[in-house]
Amino acid sequence: MFYIQGYGILFAFILFSVAFAMAAITTSWVVHPKAPNKNKNSTYECGMKTFGDSRLQFDVKYYMYALMFIIFDIEAIFLFPWAVTYNKLGLFALIEAIVFILILVLGLVYVWKKDFLKWK
Amino acid sequence: MYELYIKIFEYLHIPTILAQISWPVFPFIGVAAVLVIVVIFLVLLERKLLALLTVRKGPNRVGPNGFFQTFADAIKLLFKEDIMATNTNKILFTIAPIIFFAPVMAVYGLIPFSESLIAINAAAGLFLILGISSISTIGIILSGWASNNKYSLLGGIRGTAQAISYEIPLVLSAIGICVLAGSMNLPTIVQGQSGGVVNNAFLNWNIFSWNMCPAAIGLVVFFICSLAEINRIPFDLPEAESELVSGYNTEYSGMKFALFFLAEYAALFIICVLISVLFFGGYLSPFNDYLSLLIFKNIINSQIVLNLFVNIEQIAWLMLKTYLLIFLIMWIRASLPRLRADQLMNFSWKFLLPLSLLNLFIVAIYRFLFPL
Repeated sequence: MFYIQGYGILFAFILFSVAFAMAAITTSWVVHPKAPNKNKNSTYECGMKTFGDSRLQFDVKYYMYALMFIIFDIEAIFLFPWAVTYNKLGLFALIEAIVFILILVLGLVYVWKKDFLKWK
Repeated sequence: MYELYIKIFEYLHIPTILAQISWPVFPFIGVAAVLVIVVIFLVLLERKLLALLTVRKGPNRVGPNGFFQTFADAIKLLFKEDIMATNTNKILFTIAPIIFFAPVMAVYGLIPFSESLIAINAAAGLFLILGISSISTIGIILSGWASNNKYSLLGGIRGTAQAISYEIPLVLSAIGICVLAGSMNLPTIVQGQSGGVVNNAFLNWNIFSWNMCPAAIGLVVFFICSLAEINRIPFDLPEAESELVSGYNTEYSGMKFALFFLAEYAALFIICVLISVLFFGGYLSPFNDYLSLLIFKNIINSQIVLNLFVNIEQIAWLMLKTYLLIFLIMWIRASLPRLRADQLMNFSWKFLLPLSLLNLFIVAIYRFLFPL
């Protein structure tokens, strides 16, 4: 009961938070003055007329970081249950975790040596 | 409280299912009030403190010493025209501030402000806080992309790259705390830091068994990463005023901008509370007993009143620790210049990540030598 009740309230909290933000935007939409004109609604750049679309291709190096992030984040998720039960498992868990982390550190060293971490 | 609420419904012969559904509204109202008050106060504090550190006066027109400046700003933002440029993606442009703000607000319910003042006592509290608050990153990249502005897109991409890079050392040093406490439940983590390690009156103080002692490296890593997560100086590349004109929220105005603003300060508060809960013993006092217990133990006989005093004192201790950290972060803002993009990425992947793994190793060895 303790578990289900806690997560139920959390779900309600997320819904309420979204509702709070939406209510704030709606209130301002009701009360704010509306006087649009062509120049006001143009994209803010250095004062000149904007040229072209802003959705350009961006650098592939960002994707490299995203891939690295996925690998290490999954590692972190695997480590959470290990951390919680660590006390009960003792030496075996310690050695297992060290092996697990070392494999991933090996991956980090590989990426490092391949210069993917270099910001060009 | 929950039982009392159910009893009222039973007494009035209303189906209790309505009570179960409507119950979360009350903690939420409390949380919303805390959030708004905290943010209004923090904005004023930051402006006054920055003024003090740069030998200016700061806001001093509205109310005594400019005390009501933030209220004036909030009302102004509510009544400002909400400009939406013609070539933005209208739907995403409106959704982005909501996605940025809502997770930060939901996380407030998971924080233990005192022994009995916690809205959601979830078993996986720490995990949920880290997970839910990282949803905000989607809001950053969405607002950058939807704005269709070069500044915003750059700010959004930078913000996302920075947030995911610093997420990993942050989470790994939080795992160190899970190892120390043997739990992800925040009240359990706090209780695990209470004293009583050795039989010595002085060394028995709580302060010597706070997690900051075994996880000192983790504390440093967590603090630096949280600065980056909430885009504070020196890691404020996504919203660098001087080059990107405040980055992903360049195009925003009115209430949508206010939501970004609100979420940033709310996140600043939540991250400082989290650091004090994880590393500085949360609501525990640094001594071996609560001061109010020492003072009132012989005067007040009623256990309930005594409990109330203890709870108030716990909130005071937590706020003291939190505001010291907030002061430190604002001081850093006044003192340090901004990092370069390549320095930023290298610092996370080549320095903080190995350091956080080292911290995890040290903490695991510590827990192995001194089991719970």
